[in-house]
Amino acid sequence: MCGAKVGGLSLDGVNVAKEAVIQGQVVRGTGDDATPVASAYVRLLDQSGEFTAEVPTSATGHFRFFAGDGQWTLRTLAPKADPVDRLVQAQTGSVAEVLITL
Amino acid sequence: MSRENSLVSTQWVEDNLDTDKVVIIEVDEDTTAYDKGHIKGAIKLDWTTDLQDQVRRDFVNKEQFEALLSSRGVANDDTVVLYGGNNNWFAAYAYWYFKLYGHQDVKLMDGGRKKWELDSRELTDELPQRAATSYTAQEQDRSIRAFRDDVVAAIGTQNLVDVRSPDEYAGRLLAPAHLPQEQSQRAGHIPTSVNVPWSKNANDDGTFKSDEDLQALYNEVGFDEDKDTIALCRIGERSSLTWFVLQELLGKKNVKNYDGSWTEYGSLVGVPIALGDEPGDA
Repeated sequence: MCGAKVGGLSLDGVNVAKEAVIQGQVVRGTGDDATPVASAYVRLLDQSGEFTAEVPTSATGHFRFFAGDGQWTLRTLAPKADPVDRLVQAQTGSVAEVLITL
Repeated sequence: MSRENSLVSTQWVEDNLDTDKVVIIEVDEDTTAYDKGHIKGAIKLDWTTDLQDQVRRDFVNKEQFEALLSSRGVANDDTVVLYGGNNNWFAAYAYWYFKLYGHQDVKLMDGGRKKWELDSRELTDELPQRAATSYTAQEQDRSIRAFRDDVVAAIGTQNLVDVRSPDEYAGRLLAPAHLPQEQSQRAGHIPTSVNVPWSKNANDDGTFKSDEDLQALYNEVGFDEDKDTIALCRIGERSSLTWFVLQELLGKKNVKNYDGSWTEYGSLVGVPIALGDEPGDA
């Protein structure tokens, strides 16, 4: 699974035109040494910092949200790692891809 | 009730994995989570198939609940410890459900599956074997379950606590953001309901905040101690967690969970709906 690509999550069955999708992958390390993190939790926070949703990452470290238009924060929690915050912009009809490195 | 009677820590669970008469049960929104790994000795309840009637929108009845727990090896005098993913949303729902059918000794594991995983505690794929029991349930305790007419009557007269995220409450989203947004019901909230997102009850690791912080949270939104209370969300699971906080941790009286929640209310013909961030008028 080393160096797994971002965007590996299939969008089959998702009506992308009607959704503001935020998705991506959580990894430890960078470049060819990047390893997917399957036991992480990704939280979606709104512009006021309020929790909106949370998902555990898949076996390949992937996650997905169906958000609304605007700016969001992804907060990632994982064993033996400090929380990581990432800003992301979502827009209906598009897919925002985010690679989160612990 | 109190924190001591209704909540146990992940450490307590680890220390009691082999304790007689303690039954650990996982209940998850993702019903496959258990199959990938669970706490040693834990059994699984599937909220979609085990706890819901498979034809009507309602819970399994008393006899079905008795048959379910009997077949899974849960006895009336067992200490049932519930945990699950998504910050215990569905475990809290199951907790409320066990109370609805009169189980005496039921507890939530603080922080749920996430806290267990973040603690790097062990999960297993071994399936436990439990001998069948003869479980007897009580009639449903309707004092903790609200129906749509109760909710309509509560507009402007009771504490209505909508625990969905601010964007769902305001009508900008129709479902939690890990789910697709296409839904049949209208968006918005029940007029006069206050928005206290369930997440404000919990820390990032899923454990509950202190009683002092929780009390301050509800004081802040003008929670009226002299009125009865109904909690709601989209399908009644997140509001089970708030029901747990209000009734079991803070000891509020006459708190009901509305399991029909927004998927029912937002589909009713002719009921009032408020849009935006303010509660709105009765």
